[in-house]
Amino acid sequence: MVKKRPRRGTTRVPQKLKVKIGKLELENPVILASGTAGFGREIREFLDIERLGAIVTKTITLHKKEGNPPPRVVEAPWGLLNSIGLANGGIKDFMFEQVPFLESLRIPVIASISGDILDEFIKLAEEVSRVGCVRAIEVNLSCPNVIHKGTRLPLLAQDRTAVEKIVSTLRKTTEKTLIPKLSPNVTDIKEIAKAAEGAGCDAVSLVNTYPAMLVDIHTMRPRLGNVCGGLSGPCIKPLALKCVWDVHSAIDVPVIGMGGIMDADDAIEFILCGSSAVQVGTANFVNPSASLGILEGIEQYMAKKGIADIMDLVGAAKA
Amino acid sequence: MKQFKAKIISNRKIAPEHYILSFKRPEKERRIEPGQFFYVKISDSYRPLLRKPFSVHKISGYSIEILYKTIGEGTRALSKRKKGDILDMMGPLGKGFDAVRRHKKVMLVGGGHGVAPLYALAKQLEYPAVPAGRLSIFIGARTKDHIVCDKKFRRLGARVYIATDDGTRGHKGFVTDLLTRKILGSRDKDTGEGRGKGHTAIYACGPKEMLKSVWKVARRYGIPCQFSLEEYMACGIGTCLGCAVKTQSGYKLVCKDGPVFDAKEIVW
Repeated sequence: MVKKRPRRGTTRVPQKLKVKIGKLELENPVILASGTAGFGREIREFLDIERLGAIVTKTITLHKKEGNPPPRVVEAPWGLLNSIGLANGGIKDFMFEQVPFLESLRIPVIASISGDILDEFIKLAEEVSRVGCVRAIEVNLSCPNVIHKGTRLPLLAQDRTAVEKIVSTLRKTTEKTLIPKLSPNVTDIKEIAKAAEGAGCDAVSLVNTYPAMLVDIHTMRPRLGNVCGGLSGPCIKPLALKCVWDVHSAIDVPVIGMGGIMDADDAIEFILCGSSAVQVGTANFVNPSASLGILEGIEQYMAKKGIADIMDLVGAAKA
Repeated sequence: MKQFKAKIISNRKIAPEHYILSFKRPEKERRIEPGQFFYVKISDSYRPLLRKPFSVHKISGYSIEILYKTIGEGTRALSKRKKGDILDMMGPLGKGFDAVRRHKKVMLVGGGHGVAPLYALAKQLEYPAVPAGRLSIFIGARTKDHIVCDKKFRRLGARVYIATDDGTRGHKGFVTDLLTRKILGSRDKDTGEGRGKGHTAIYACGPKEMLKSVWKVARRYGIPCQFSLEEYMACGIGTCLGCAVKTQSGYKLVCKDGPVFDAKEIVW
């Protein structure tokens, strides 16, 4: 006999999809990635956002950021190259304009923050920690499109000492679940992840975009206004998958995996490699309701395979 | 929902590199403004990955038309889609033209396939018929093969002025040469003065360089001007902040704040 799947919208699901990331409990492991859904306002017209696990906000900085000169996005083969430059209204705009809306959403909000120097990270963490619906903080240490004063290296996430210092300081600042977001563009991502774990984070998010560029052969100039940017989309999936695989075996805290997840199959690969939750990014641009399709696909896969608890899938791929 | 599956009614070639695709209108209730766009997923493959924006070319009770030129792999793939095929679309998106009917003269300026949204606008400005001499359209393109829709505008009662870079059709040179000549010609013959505020309006769409020179002409003669702008975009709904354009009040988004902007807002 074929088991009937419960109707949409019912709270009872055939399998256990709940995952726990630090203190953060998610109804399911599908999360909207930072910078790809703003603060949820626009995408809500296309997507029943409240059925997802969580939303990560656009990265918030202390002061308003105008962003980089256009063109800011350009299509790459199987991917998207962007250099937005963390354009956002700053912490005040977040607290007064975005929080009231986010409070109305019945899903956990993960606030993404980034700063130039340690002091900015502290101030931002203090502010967002006061917001009830903000259940976790994703610390963006890996945006390839801004310059940080906190390190001599291009990215904070490339500087082990900077990662340790920022994470350990924020650990003292906030009670909320702390999730540094790492860059794949490092010699050994395991080392950085271990440093973050040692400094007291609850989980790690990976990967951010890959530093990349494209050139227009007619004008003989870089295609992006800011010359270089970050590459995302299906072209980076196998690269990101390896990062998740490596980090999962190196640390004990949960890994939130992302990088070119376009459909449920991609998401399941990430889960099998050790992601306790997955973030959907570029796919939101291609299809704003992609994340829900991914969630439904994961449920179908589990039903087909007879898997009752999603945690049985996390890291289930064996060498 | 603003996302829907659209059935292609026809997809016909109108010039060597230009096509008009007609699809079934999603919901009759939804208002569609000239200048708004539909965001189309051309194929299920990852190449091209992103949707492509197309402004509304013609709106009717039953169907919507978009006009496009085969420029890259996306538009080339679109040209191969057949009648009956289903396209995943989002739209109508963005802010359209603010069509003011009180202007005595309306000048439309289109560069190549930039005429696409201007036709929908022309139809809306004066329905059912345009009084002779009220509406003029200036079409500029590289060669005669890139001049499209001139006959359609003529049928609407518009005066059509054509310029090509190579002189294969109409004036050899810039479309703004013709625009300037027309503006000067419409000035008061005795005093040489302009006809005052609110007399003429310009609506334009085309390459950035063309728009920039249209703006220079418009500013010199104090004529209000609205431009439909183009910029690379990813999400189409205002979340990714990719399609930024510099304005007097900071960066604005082509997909959400535009694609139509008042020309004096733009920082050139």
